[in-house]
Amino acid sequence: MAAPLTLLLIVAVTIRAVLFRSSLAELISERVEVVSPLNAWKRVVEGLALLDLGVSPYSGDVFHETPLMIYLFHFTVDYAEIVFMVSPYFVDCLSCLLASLDRAKIAIGSNNLKSDLLFNFPGCLRHIISFSTCGLNNAIIALFIFCTLKGSALLSGILLALATYQSIYPLTLFAPALLFFLQRLYIPVNLRRSSFWCFTLQYAFIYVGSLVVITGLSFFLLGSWDFIPSVYGFIFSVPDLTPNIGLFWYFFAEMFEHFRLFFICVFQINVFFYTIPLSIKLKEHPVFLIFMQIAIISIFKSYPTVGDVALYMAFLPAWSHLYRFLRNIFLVSCVLLACSALFPVLWHLWIYAGSANSNFYYAITLLFNFGQILLVSDYFYAYLRREHHLTHGLYLKKKDGTEATLVLK
Amino acid sequence: NINDDTLILLFILLDGTKNGETFAPAKDQFQEELVIRPLHSGDIYASFQFRTLWDTDFLQEGQKKVSHYRLFPKSLGQVLSKFSVQELHISFTQGFWRTMQWGQPFIPSPPGAELWVWFHDTVSDVDGNWKELTNVLSGIFCASLNFIDMTNTVQPSASFKPLGLGNATDHRFLRYATLPREIVCTENLTPWKKLLPCGSKAGLAVLMKSEKLFHSSFHSQAVHIRPICQDEQCTSKAWELRQTLNVVFDHYTSGQGKKEWSLFKMFSRTLTEACPLASSSKVYVDITDNPELFELSPATPLLSQAVVLGDRRTYSVYDLTRAETFGQLRSFNLLLRWKGDNMLRPLLHAERYVAGFGLQTGEIHTVIYNNHPYRAFPVLLMDSVPWYLQLYIHTLTVTSKSRDNKPSYIHYQPAKDRHRPHLLEMLIQLPPHSMTEVTVQFERALLKWTEYTPDPNHGFYVGSSVVSALVPSMVAMSTNFTQDQPLFSSFVPVKEESSYFVRVYTEPLLVNLPTPDFSMPYNVICLTCTVVAVGYGSFYNLLTRTFQVDEPSPPLAKRLANFIRRIRGVPLLA
Repeated sequence: MAAPLTLLLIVAVTIRAVLFRSSLAELISERVEVVSPLNAWKRVVEGLALLDLGVSPYSGDVFHETPLMIYLFHFTVDYAEIVFMVSPYFVDCLSCLLASLDRAKIAIGSNNLKSDLLFNFPGCLRHIISFSTCGLNNAIIALFIFCTLKGSALLSGILLALATYQSIYPLTLFAPALLFFLQRLYIPVNLRRSSFWCFTLQYAFIYVGSLVVITGLSFFLLGSWDFIPSVYGFIFSVPDLTPNIGLFWYFFAEMFEHFRLFFICVFQINVFFYTIPLSIKLKEHPVFLIFMQIAIISIFKSYPTVGDVALYMAFLPAWSHLYRFLRNIFLVSCVLLACSALFPVLWHLWIYAGSANSNFYYAITLLFNFGQILLVSDYFYAYLRREHHLTHGLYLKKKDGTEATLVLK
Repeated sequence: NINDDTLILLFILLDGTKNGETFAPAKDQFQEELVIRPLHSGDIYASFQFRTLWDTDFLQEGQKKVSHYRLFPKSLGQVLSKFSVQELHISFTQGFWRTMQWGQPFIPSPPGAELWVWFHDTVSDVDGNWKELTNVLSGIFCASLNFIDMTNTVQPSASFKPLGLGNATDHRFLRYATLPREIVCTENLTPWKKLLPCGSKAGLAVLMKSEKLFHSSFHSQAVHIRPICQDEQCTSKAWELRQTLNVVFDHYTSGQGKKEWSLFKMFSRTLTEACPLASSSKVYVDITDNPELFELSPATPLLSQAVVLGDRRTYSVYDLTRAETFGQLRSFNLLLRWKGDNMLRPLLHAERYVAGFGLQTGEIHTVIYNNHPYRAFPVLLMDSVPWYLQLYIHTLTVTSKSRDNKPSYIHYQPAKDRHRPHLLEMLIQLPPHSMTEVTVQFERALLKWTEYTPDPNHGFYVGSSVVSALVPSMVAMSTNFTQDQPLFSSFVPVKEESSYFVRVYTEPLLVNLPTPDFSMPYNVICLTCTVVAVGYGSFYNLLTRTFQVDEPSPPLAKRLANFIRRIRGVPLLA
């Protein structure tokens, strides 16, 4: 296990280093599918330049990173490349770990390391050589999942607080992490048991406490609360309508002013409200719940990029044993591949050639998100079906002994 | 020409011997001429004339009917014979001739289209001929002359007497009509050029490029056909076809404000050869007001004097049939440069433009010129850029004489979306006699559909940059404030003797932003909500339903039977 993993890492390092040095890096770092107003590196440099000029980076509308990011990059701006090269490894390592964990549990399997790289390549290729802080955010989430799986509640809470501090949406990962720890410590999820509340409060305290500490640190860094409307207000109210691969930009570009607030609320609630039903359904399967939550965040967040897509796609090899129950995998892969090819083409036609208009790019956005939704729901279906077969047997028979079909009713 | 004539003579003689008739071949000759007259206002007037002279008689019938055309265009010849036209004058004009500024034109014409025709006195139905003639001409010149009918035709009794030979004084054979609304464009120029013997391939006609000709204050093209005497006693007649083109180029729009004209600047072409079919090809330049007014190059020894419109004027003549006119480069480009070009060179001058392509990014370049020969002075540059062009201040570069020039003071207030614009103020030291370039990159934002102007593809305007400076003065000024100073010199208070305050505004910019589709708000809302609903629907199904073995429902008969049994209270079927 160790030797092939090391080899894989070395290969990945080489590929990434080569790609960083090539001229492709500059081309890709400007693309809207890869960078968003929230995490573009150009904006980080701009924020640091503003700081040098003596102006607060949050006084304008160009910088939307958290103060700790300023702190981090102020010292490492020259070594930014190394930071961006190193951060995606966390995601890789994590997916390998997940694969190995599940293999130990189920004992169905093939070599998941190769499929891991295969899955990583198309999704991550663009995001790894992009200059964006999305890689760092993904690394923090990956570390959080790693610590959760290893059983360290303190580290997991701190890292989750850090991830939430970076962008609000990982807040929904609190529930699956909690469920995992409860399962691991053999505490039944029963609202009347005191042990449940004891642990929940402990974990919540760690989480909320670290969040408060980090926010306080940010306040003391710049001496003002300016960063809250600039970062979190920006994420929630979506004032910037720069095109990206998500659903928000065109929707709010064409929204009637009267209904804008209503639909902002609807769309933002849409990200959070799947947590409770999913947690209830998947309370015995917190690892899959984490995957589902991350996927839902990536699809429905306000400024998604291919980096977010790559994050949940990196976990797909861990569920390679669900392959036999997937119903739409061919359609989904075709849709996603076609959309990936069409995104740059239609962007060029709209922005540079002037022969297409925004509707073309918007259509591909819709199709891409539809493909993602189909992928996630397909994996969910396959997971639930496998659970059913685990309890009721693989080959089911009807009452009269003939082969049965399974339906959702 | 002589060889061609001999060949034709031989051919016709041979042909004639077959028929038993001999007749002398009709002789035709072609002349082309260009007159350039500089006007006092700095504009320039160019007049082309192409004349084809042909010893023949179109109005003959039968054996002697003209069928062999050489220099004379066949389409016009056939028109003349068919409609028994004695004289034809047609002109197409764009613009109005400004007599007060430009003097008198060589060939006058009214704006729009004008057609006047003298028919031969053998014509019985003049109106019928006129109607058909206008339709045929409208086809030849691609103009809508078919709108000429009885409602706009007149028969002037005294005004339009024949310009050529003609003893007709009966004005029943004259018809005159104008279409003042007719527009002249390339579609009219092209068939007109095709009537020339060399077309637009050689000679003076190569200068007629429509993009330059129609970018002028006045443009007029005309065709004049009339019979004339060949000599003083009028023993033989000939038909004369004159095609004329008059154009006046505007000093400001075509000349970019500089008092300098050349053939290349006027027509974007130079002359390379005379038309081989022309017996004479000359360019005349009116130098009556020289040598004080302008200098002419290349120099030419040929001069000619002519009395035109009651004025004796002197012309420099360039003969294009001579090879030495074209010089070493085989290209003839006339250059008229006005003397005494003492254009004021201001000490401080600024320009601004947008660079880049596409609707995603761009760069604003501001160029500041310091024309002082030895003094450097600082300027304060203020830029106010609207919020929807997001400036990236880390890309700001200031270069003078291709070296980095760091501003000593920068005040930058970034924009807040939909609240305030960017404000950038810099103090830059300008080295003497140099050009300083300030560049900054920006990204274009996509706005909400209600925030666009009614014509969104026109673009958005960015206000001028302001350059304020204390420019060193050549002349010492007095700082005493006196009451009887004229108003124009007392606007800006003078604080020190050796410099004066000046403020220079640059051009505004016009920037295009990417636009959403304005016809689609409802569609977009529906489609996006559909995708969200698909997600919701899939998750709802998977969350609320469980897997069950599919038991097919019993057929209708059985269900009905079971229903009846239930009512009766009897056990149900399987």
